[in-house]
Amino acid sequence: MSTQTAKAGTAKSDTTKSDTTKPRLKTSAMIASIAGADQRTRSAPFGHALVELAKKRPEIVGLTADLGKYTDLHIFAQAYPERFYQMGMAEQVLMAAAGGMAREGCIPFATTYAVFAARRAYDFICLSIAEENLPVKIVCALPGLTTGYGPSHQATEDLAIFRGMPNLTIVDPCDAIDIEQAVPTIADHPGPVYMRLLRGQVPVVLDEYDYRFELGKAKLLRDGGEVLIISSGLMTMRALEAAKRLERDRIGVAVLHSPTIKPLDTETILREAGRGGRLVVVAENHSVIGGLGEAVAGTLLRAGVTPPFRQIALPDAFLDAGALPTLHDRYGISTEQVVAQIKGWL
Amino acid sequence: MSLQIKVPATLADLAEAARINRIDTMDMFAAAGNGHYGSCFSCAEIVTALYFNVMRLDPARPDWPERDRFVLGKGHAAPTLYSALIRRGYMPEHWIHEFEAKVGVKLMTHPSRRYQPGVDASGGALGHGLSIGVGMALAGKIDRRDYRSFVLLGDGEIQEGSVWEAFASAAKYRLGHLVAIIDANGLSVDGTLDEVMPMEPLADKLSAFGWEVVECDGHDLAALLRVLDIGHDRVDAAPRAIIARTVKGRGVSFMENVRRWHADVLTPDEDRLARAELTRPLS
Repeated sequence: MSTQTAKAGTAKSDTTKSDTTKPRLKTSAMIASIAGADQRTRSAPFGHALVELAKKRPEIVGLTADLGKYTDLHIFAQAYPERFYQMGMAEQVLMAAAGGMAREGCIPFATTYAVFAARRAYDFICLSIAEENLPVKIVCALPGLTTGYGPSHQATEDLAIFRGMPNLTIVDPCDAIDIEQAVPTIADHPGPVYMRLLRGQVPVVLDEYDYRFELGKAKLLRDGGEVLIISSGLMTMRALEAAKRLERDRIGVAVLHSPTIKPLDTETILREAGRGGRLVVVAENHSVIGGLGEAVAGTLLRAGVTPPFRQIALPDAFLDAGALPTLHDRYGISTEQVVAQIKGWL
Repeated sequence: MSLQIKVPATLADLAEAARINRIDTMDMFAAAGNGHYGSCFSCAEIVTALYFNVMRLDPARPDWPERDRFVLGKGHAAPTLYSALIRRGYMPEHWIHEFEAKVGVKLMTHPSRRYQPGVDASGGALGHGLSIGVGMALAGKIDRRDYRSFVLLGDGEIQEGSVWEAFASAAKYRLGHLVAIIDANGLSVDGTLDEVMPMEPLADKLSAFGWEVVECDGHDLAALLRVLDIGHDRVDAAPRAIIARTVKGRGVSFMENVRRWHADVLTPDEDRLARAELTRPLS
């Protein structure tokens, strides 16, 4: 824990910045940012929100598997070293020990990368946490395609894996605002939560909208007559950008942000998708298999609501390594590609 | 009903409690039609020593924060734990005869904290228990409570890599109130542990991982009491590992050290034979 210092630790919680000078074509998992060149960002929103919450909540503890720095938990470790547990590169004991602490009254926030939680520690999350409905909060960086490191680090199927786990609530926040509001909310939730984390310099987007994070609720961020985009995570950011561009072409695009993947806000989704006359597009930073798109599709079909339906998602494939903007273009989740796909479908 | 013996029990009473534990296990498996006889019988003395002498418990308050914790890593030995909990008064006696008998009963193949008062952690997937114990012991340090966390592992179970993650972290955090008991009966489903995956020299390995290691005869109640009772003042010390050398199927001669009895079905003749051997406490 004492080794996690320096660069990332100097970040301040409430600074926003606009940076148009630095080149952003980076492959690295650690320094790649999903922020556009002209976007406002906030540093380490998860770490700072957790520190803020921990002031009032002595039962909150933080654990990580040697990824404190890259999950922004180092901010918490610096503020509360006596409540921080460095479990080493050992995701199984990370999860089961968090379960052990939770049954004794702690609220553990356990962090690692999404690939390691979903693929390596699944059994331990399932049986040492979820089966007893223990309040462990699993917060994981590099969800979907947010690193250029290739398949070993790209958690393109984490939602598909975790959606099948009973008791587990799944959250996919869009930006720094969403993360900051989600942290106290998921801490209050009595059961286990998996939250996909955007870390480092995280875009600030949702303050332009009348928005408040509520667990289990989808929120209509803007309305439009031709297309309804249902999205989560960073794809809500892309959907909002795409909607602005399509507006110039007189294409009305509504954006329904659904940060809670499970349980899904079926009521709001059915209401919006059932309005009729609109193309429904689900956009997600995840494989086309088993994520938000198929969750929405199942919801619609079971209710007999069958609008024209399309998915914007990552292909069912092991993806390439490389610079993120290039990869987002290649796999169809950049703003330009979202706009192009929707135009093609209309 | 609870067993009418005074707690902490004397050695003679513990031997009787261990005998009844094996009979209860026979009755549970009779209700189910099959069971993990060998795995249960190898740890009957360990569990009995804990529940009738060593552990600080209040059966009227299963969630008492000051109680000692017990995690059954080798969850398939659940009947051994169930018998101890029933005979200490946590659960009603009639549950014995309902074990696995139909869907909806409280006692099932593996422990479940959701249905069974006195069970501190659900089990069944090998390799979880010690990590859960690490979390319990860490929380005890945070809360400044002096409870102990006892985790019973099979010697086959320690082939799971997660167990070694837990061994390392318990030593790092000096969890002196964590005790890992390894039921070393030397057999697993597919053969002897030397054939399946050799883990010896276990004591050397655990010492190298920073644990205080003691070995004893896992059926010798006096020896077990000596190594299990670590006191309540080892807050910041090396965690203790007890390698309890046991015999799989101990107490029923035709089951002892026979691989078939990891889990199997008794014929009526075998059932009579086994019960005849369990009419008196083991020496």
